[in-house]
Amino acid sequence: MNGIIGKKVGMTSIFDEFGQNIACTVVEAGPCVITQIKTEDTDGYDSFQLGFGKAKIKNTSRALQGHFGQSGAEPAKKVVEFRDFDVDLLISDVEGEEGIAKGVGDMISAAEVFEEGEAIHVMGTSKGKGFQGVVKRHGFAGVNDATHGQHNRQRAPGSIGAASDPSKVFKGTRMGGRTGGTSVKIKNLEIVKILPEKNLVLVRGAIPGHKNSIVVLEKQ
Amino acid sequence: MDAIKYVEDQFTREMNYPDFRVGDSVEVSLRIIEGEKQRIQKFKGDVIQMNGVGAVKTFTVRKMSNGVGVERIIPFASPNIDEIKVLKKGKVRRSKLYYVRDLVGKKARIKEKTFIKN
Repeated sequence: MNGIIGKKVGMTSIFDEFGQNIACTVVEAGPCVITQIKTEDTDGYDSFQLGFGKAKIKNTSRALQGHFGQSGAEPAKKVVEFRDFDVDLLISDVEGEEGIAKGVGDMISAAEVFEEGEAIHVMGTSKGKGFQGVVKRHGFAGVNDATHGQHNRQRAPGSIGAASDPSKVFKGTRMGGRTGGTSVKIKNLEIVKILPEKNLVLVRGAIPGHKNSIVVLEKQ
Repeated sequence: MDAIKYVEDQFTREMNYPDFRVGDSVEVSLRIIEGEKQRIQKFKGDVIQMNGVGAVKTFTVRKMSNGVGVERIIPFASPNIDEIKVLKKGKVRRSKLYYVRDLVGKKARIKEKTFIKN
């Protein structure tokens, strides 16, 4: 397994053995159901698919209902595929050193996937910030001073290009607009603690998204 | 939120400190680790604010050191707190005593509460 789906719960802080304060994000990670296993032979690449959270049948499309029915899983709120994993380790009757004897329809929990102290990537949808100017959106510095004849220019973008040549504003020029609400991946976050009894994972630092938003934790 | 409370219950040690409030004068004994040695440093001053809830609750102690104001923010849950002693109860009408930062000398004193309801 190289990843799991979870829900951001909120933040708190704990102290390590040196008395240092560590800010942590609490993630309710899993348990997730394996909804599909793809192999090189059938699909051209190796991957496995996980489902997380309970969805009502009336909110699940017929197509997905059939998909869940095939794996014998309850309808899930979020389905994510994890690639680049040796699925041979997943087949139920293989129980090697690193193998996890799991197949389609089985549940996996965070404790089976991660170890404490491991570095992971966390993917989520960032908080929506609405229509923002260039200072917040692109880190522009604004224009000049408040004095020296300036008026209402402190958060302005400044020049957006040359004049009659080229007579246009180039595409991709950074301007104000909708900010946030996009998929963001934060890399190299440490797993501080895992609490298997409540399926909780403590990740060092902040992760994208608001409380109760779905996040994907994956191995490097 | 239950999950956060559960996490805090798991990792936060018991906090058996005497009851003190903003405006009180306290002496906090802090464990300082220098390499392998450990010693105790006492920090004496007035509590000028309390902030946060649960495992992230902190208080700020302000003292004057050689004419310079020194403030220290101390988490209640910190394992480095050895002891907290309440020296004086203060009589204040604010929850955050930021105004004492602008005062010097005798004006910066906090009135003592002489009558304490039981």
